[in-house]
Amino acid sequence: MFRLRSVTLSANGAASAAAPAAAPARPRAVPSRLLPRLLLSPAVITLFLWMIVPLAMTIYFSLIRYNLMQPGESGFIGLANYEYFVTDPSFWTAIVNTLLLLGSVIAITVVGGVALALLIDEPFPGRGVVRVLLISPFFVIPTVNALLWKHMMMNPIYGVLAQVWRVFGAQPVDWMADWPLLSVIIMVAWQWLPFATLIFVTALQSMNREQLEAARMDGARYLQQLRYLYVPHLGRSIAVVIMIETIFLLSVFAEIFTTTGGGPGDASTNIAFLIFKQALLNFDAGVASAGALLAVVLANIVAIFLIRMIGKNLD
Amino acid sequence: MAPKPPVTAAFVGRAIAAWLVTLVIFFPLGWLVLTSFKTELQAIAVPPLLFFKPTLANFAEVQQRSDYLLYATNSVITSVTSTLLGLAIAFPAAYSMAFFRSKRTRDVLMWMLSTKMMPAVGALVPIYVLAQTAGLLDSRLALIVVFMLSNLPIMVWMLYSSLRDIPNEILEAARMDGASLWQEFRRVLLPLGVGGLFSTGLLCLVLAWNEAFWSLNLTSAKAGTLATMIASYSSPEGLFWAKLSCASFMAIAPIVVFGWFSQRQLVQGLTFGAVK
Amino acid sequence: MAFLELKGVEKYFGELKAIKGIDLTIEKGEFVVFVGPSGCGKSTLLRMIAGLETVDVGSVWLDGRDITRLPSSKRDLAMVFQSYALYPHMTVYENMSFALMLAKTDPPVVREKVERAAQILNLTPYLQRTPKELSGGQRQRVAIGRAIVRSPKVFLFDEPLSNLDAALRGQTRVELARLHRELNGTTIYVTHDQVEAMTLAHRVVVLRDGQIEQVGTPLELYYRPNNQFVAQFIGTPQMNMVAGADTAQFEGGLTMPVPGGGYLGLRPESLTLGAAGTGQVQARVDLVEALGAETLVYITTTRGTPLVARQTNSRALPHVGDAVGLQIDSAAAHLFDSHGRVVAPAMR
Repeated sequence: MFRLRSVTLSANGAASAAAPAAAPARPRAVPSRLLPRLLLSPAVITLFLWMIVPLAMTIYFSLIRYNLMQPGESGFIGLANYEYFVTDPSFWTAIVNTLLLLGSVIAITVVGGVALALLIDEPFPGRGVVRVLLISPFFVIPTVNALLWKHMMMNPIYGVLAQVWRVFGAQPVDWMADWPLLSVIIMVAWQWLPFATLIFVTALQSMNREQLEAARMDGARYLQQLRYLYVPHLGRSIAVVIMIETIFLLSVFAEIFTTTGGGPGDASTNIAFLIFKQALLNFDAGVASAGALLAVVLANIVAIFLIRMIGKNLD
Repeated sequence: MAPKPPVTAAFVGRAIAAWLVTLVIFFPLGWLVLTSFKTELQAIAVPPLLFFKPTLANFAEVQQRSDYLLYATNSVITSVTSTLLGLAIAFPAAYSMAFFRSKRTRDVLMWMLSTKMMPAVGALVPIYVLAQTAGLLDSRLALIVVFMLSNLPIMVWMLYSSLRDIPNEILEAARMDGASLWQEFRRVLLPLGVGGLFSTGLLCLVLAWNEAFWSLNLTSAKAGTLATMIASYSSPEGLFWAKLSCASFMAIAPIVVFGWFSQRQLVQGLTFGAVK
Repeated sequence: MAFLELKGVEKYFGELKAIKGIDLTIEKGEFVVFVGPSGCGKSTLLRMIAGLETVDVGSVWLDGRDITRLPSSKRDLAMVFQSYALYPHMTVYENMSFALMLAKTDPPVVREKVERAAQILNLTPYLQRTPKELSGGQRQRVAIGRAIVRSPKVFLFDEPLSNLDAALRGQTRVELARLHRELNGTTIYVTHDQVEAMTLAHRVVVLRDGQIEQVGTPLELYYRPNNQFVAQFIGTPQMNMVAGADTAQFEGGLTMPVPGGGYLGLRPESLTLGAAGTGQVQARVDLVEALGAETLVYITTTRGTPLVARQTNSRALPHVGDAVGLQIDSAAAHLFDSHGRVVAPAMR
């Protein structure tokens, strides 16, 4: 290919006359692979360290007693940290909350995203502006997002939602106190809906228009077109969205930290927040590490499927 | 030029529905922007004020708070530096994989992408401990390193994609024209690849700026970014919504605009190319 | 010594021996065409001469120098790529002056050379445009212009006409021939189209499977093919090949017997059709393609052998189903042995 330092391993002219029938040491140019390896190495080395070092440390910490306030005492205690983490009274709540959060946000964003993408699939006046407005929530800093909702929208006295509730004669809801997890779900879903929509809009653009025209000529109504043409085509991108969101949403933290603080009690604590509580509020690095490993395992399971799907796409 | 669609009932209905939904979804942001121009009393008015006399007082007041400028500076420094550093590492790697392909190129690339799939919370304890041990808690350096590492897989992937779009024959033509490796790089590859560099950088700038997990956990008073500042925003005088809106508006406005220009990169970068 | 020489050149792709030992000499000012079916290695060979592929065994000599290990940038060769490979971010002027600029040529000299080349190729009005503002034919001329500006030792063309539509292809072919007469540059031209080979070349190199089948002038290859492959590759429609036992029906018209297990090759124009009952073989007409200047008649002999005959006498067009008599020009018959090698080339 390019600028290869060729090294022939034998003389040329003479060899052709006396080439033996089975010639194992066949002369050929050997390209140098030094340059490409050198270019790759900074990225590979840094990412390798980024992957291995935290993982190794987490495993190590999870097996010892380690309190960040008393770094001196560290003895091997086997699986005690895991036991402690799992027997934490908040543990199962956190698991349930995590799954609820994940499931709800994914459901809202996928269904909403597909609906929105289909809605803006055909041209209409102002479509460009609509796209820009729809994508905006995704680029908002998560803490801004959180406070925006907590104060502007969800405040039970002055918030916009409260005002709207009053217009309909209903009692305003104290979102943060009465429905903490739902509040977090709303915030996160609002932020990730544009992401899903954008993905589906992109996927729809690659849809074969002639197929749709043929179906229309065959007499298919819109719902039938949806079922037989749109949804199967979107199947792959829906899978991608679900997997990506799972991986990123396992770590939802900023919104909870900024608004409910995991509460009241542990009503809006998810696994990520529980780990944070153990690590930086209780300063128990050992237990936190045990919990973190669980989260990593969960994420890895999803990642395996995602990697396989991506791999098929790379050539 | 495609023919304009016929103005049927379905068409009108669709347009109205689309606009309605869009306005509802965008409303919170729009409300945030509006509130930035209100006084505190107007901000908590019941019923909420849609029409009011706007004021720029909030902007001045927020600027005067010295910690706002500090946090803003930190955001700029951490996101820009981490992006530039990341590009400097990612570009040679992407170049190597795009033009010196080997049997293992695909595997290396997928491995790099997989490191992005590790949830941030999984690395919280070790990174915190490492930062603490190195005395780097509440330091911009720690954030720069972590942001860079978080975005590196995306950068490599996107630069690789854009470099692969450059036909190899153009580089061969440069060689035939007598270009040395450096000249080929400087006069042909770089001009053609600079678009990809720029759009990748923009996306990663946005992602670093919005990064809240590590900012909240690794920093406090000195190296906090706008993300952390907003999180702890409260005014000792009590009423603070208008100022909060204003500070938030200033914190997110440029990035949201950058985001508008990064849509295509977002799809490519965050789905790792799985959606075309 | 020849101007360009390939000595025992071989190339491997992994375990596959793609180029199996090429020896070739090319004189200064010659227009040599590499032709062959897809995958025969003609492009690979060209790229090896250019330095874009490595030479595993053997050597390449240019003007007395061994350039085998020299990088492309130092070989003083110019290449016109199949996809033109123009620099998209540069204007036509910059594309054409790039090489000269790299060689630190004086700007006035550069300007003069580029403008002269642009004039020859009718590109003067487009000098400030970028490639995406040009049509396919114009881009191709820029690619050629980029090459001729440099006055290289050898011009290398890699299937330059294949991306053009048919009308433009014919036109450009003629222009390329004219260009070569004017500039008299040594040229190696790769194509899969044998019409281009026949019309442009001083000499043609027919390649198959990484080996040279035959080298010669176009007419040498046409009238005196060394083997069956060349015989059937050159010439449209293909030479009629009659195998084995079927050749018996023609024995009467031949001066030599066909070797056992061998083949008889008959060019369509060496078959004359007459009234039924005349000639050496009787046949029935299956299909008549009247092209105006000539007519192709597809016949099947009474023994069941299909043949194509070429008639220039358009007055007496046979009809489908007619019985005709076939007369062979024995002097124009080609005999091949069972390995495909020619035994008795036609006397001409």
